[in-house]
Amino acid sequence: MLKIEHISKTFNPGTINEKAALRDLSLHLAPGDFVTIIGSNGAGKSTLFNAICGSFFTDSGSIYLDGKNITFQPEYMRSRQIGRLFQDPMRGSAPHMTIEENLSLAAPSGGWLSHVSRADKAAFRDKLAELGMGLEDRMKQPVGLLSGGQRQALTLLMATFNPPKLLLLDEHTAALDPATAEKVLEITRKTVADNHITTLMVTHNMHQALELGNRTLMMDSGRIVLDVSGQERGNMTVDDLLARFKAGAGKALDSDRILLSE
Amino acid sequence: MNFLSLVQTALELGLICSLTVLALFLSYSMLNVCDLSTDGCFTLGAAVGATVAIAGHPYLAILAAMAAGMLSGFLTALLQTKMGIDSLLSGIIVNTGLYSINIAVMDGSSLLNMNKTDTVFTKAKALLEGTFLAEQYKLFVAVIAVALVVAFLALFLRTRLGLAIRATGDNPDMVRSSSINPAFTTIVGLCVANAFTGLSGCLLAQCQKSVSIDIGTGMVTIALASLLMGQVLLGKGSILKRALGMVVGAFAFRLVYTIALRLDMPAFMLKLVSSVIVVLAIATPYFKRRLPLLRRRMAAGKEAR
Repeated sequence: MLKIEHISKTFNPGTINEKAALRDLSLHLAPGDFVTIIGSNGAGKSTLFNAICGSFFTDSGSIYLDGKNITFQPEYMRSRQIGRLFQDPMRGSAPHMTIEENLSLAAPSGGWLSHVSRADKAAFRDKLAELGMGLEDRMKQPVGLLSGGQRQALTLLMATFNPPKLLLLDEHTAALDPATAEKVLEITRKTVADNHITTLMVTHNMHQALELGNRTLMMDSGRIVLDVSGQERGNMTVDDLLARFKAGAGKALDSDRILLSE
Repeated sequence: MNFLSLVQTALELGLICSLTVLALFLSYSMLNVCDLSTDGCFTLGAAVGATVAIAGHPYLAILAAMAAGMLSGFLTALLQTKMGIDSLLSGIIVNTGLYSINIAVMDGSSLLNMNKTDTVFTKAKALLEGTFLAEQYKLFVAVIAVALVVAFLALFLRTRLGLAIRATGDNPDMVRSSSINPAFTTIVGLCVANAFTGLSGCLLAQCQKSVSIDIGTGMVTIALASLLMGQVLLGKGSILKRALGMVVGAFAFRLVYTIALRLDMPAFMLKLVSSVIVVLAIATPYFKRRLPLLRRRMAAGKEAR
C-alpha cells in the first residue's frame, strides 16, 4: 500500500543548525496494516509523517502510495488519499464554522458550487451519532464550542468520512484526558477496523504500541531501528521492547514522556 | 438641506461604498487577507467604467469594471500564492502599479468628466420619470446592486467553494492538510472580492459623474471602518445577517460623517475620521483584555508606595 524507498531529509543544510531528520529510510506497508511507531524525542516520527503527506519534499528517495509515485505530488493532492490527525485537537477543524460546515468540506459529494444536500446532512447526523458524544444534535454550532476530545473525534470522522488509503495518527490522543483519550482510541480502532484502512500511529505509550495493530516500529535519529510483527511481537513485553531498542539504537530510549507513561 | 435629504445622501453613498465593504467582508473577514490593493482597484473600476460609459456603453461599463477588478484581484492573489510575496506587500505592490494603469486607462488624464454621458443612473432616471421614485433614482440603482451582491455572497459562501474559502481563513493548518488547495481558494476569493470593489468604484464615479485619480484613496480604511462598525452592530449569526451588517455599517459610517459635515467639519477630515475609527475598533478589544492586568498593576503600585 505504502512504499517508501531510501528517503532522506536534512533541515537547514550547511548551517550550524543542520539536522538530518530522516536518513535513508525505507518502509513497506501491506494493505490493512496497522502500525504503531515509538521513538525518542526528535527521532523523526513527525518528520516521517510530514514527508508522507507532502508538507515538504524529501531531499532524495521516493514514495509510492497504492502503486502510484507521489514523491512530487503537492500536499493538497495527496490528502485526497491520506487522512491525518495531529496531537493538537485544534488543528483539524475550522473553529468559526459549524460542525455541519466542517463535515461538508471533508465529505464533498458535489461540485465546487454545490450546496450541502439533505441526504448529506442525514449522513452527517448518522455518523455523528455513532461517535456517541451527542454531536448529532449540535450540527449548527461552531466547532470552537466543542471540547478537545469532541473536536478530535470530529476530526477523525472528517479524515475517514470517505475512507482514505492511508491514515496517519500523530499522537492524536496525547493532549486528551485519560477517559476521553480511551474513548477516541476506541473510535479509532473501530473506524480503522470497519474500513480496513492502512494506518500508521505514533504513540508514546509502550503498552499501547504493543497492544494496538499488527506491527510496531521504533525510530531513532531519523532511522527505523526496530521493526517487529507477528508471533515475535505477540510475545513481547515492554521490557523486551526497551532492550531491543537499546540493541538497535546503541543507546537507551531517552523520552521522558515514554518513561513517565510506564 | 433638511435631515431627510441628509439621510438620503448618506444612504446613496453608504450603499455604493458598502459594495467595497462587502468585498472586504469576503477578503478580510472570511479569507483573513488584508487586501491593500483595494484603493487602486476601486479607482480602476471607476476609470474603466467611466471610459467604457463615455464610449457609449453604460451597461457594458458595469461588467468591464467588474472584470477589471477581478483581474487586479487575480494578480494580487498570484503574487501571494505563487511568487512567495507577503500578502500585505502584494496588495501594496499591485496598488502602486495600478496608479499608472489607472492614468493610462483614463488616457493620460487624471480627471474624466461624465456630465453628458449615459450611465446606469441616467438610464434609471429616465426609466423612473413620472413615478413616485423619480427623485430616488440613485438610491434605486444602489439598492439593486447591493441586493444582488448580498444575495450572491449569501449563496456563494454556503457552496463547497465558499466553505473552502472560509476554512482557508479560519484554519490554514486544516486546509493545508485537507484536499483543498489554499492557493486556489485565495485566488478565487480575491477575484470575487475585487470584482465587487471595481463595481463599487464604477458606481460611485457614475453617481458623481466624474472620476479623479484619487477617487479611491483611503478607501480601504474607510471600508474597514464601516466593516468594523457593521461587525459591532450585526456581527453574529448567519452569513446573510452578517453581510447585511456590512451594509448597515457602511450606512452608519456615512451618516455619522454626513452629520459631522453639517456640523461644519471640513470635508477633508473624512480620512482622518475613518483612520481613528479603525484604530479604536481594533484597539478596544485589545485594551479590554489588558484592563485586568493594568488594574492589578496600579493596585500593586499603590501598595509598593
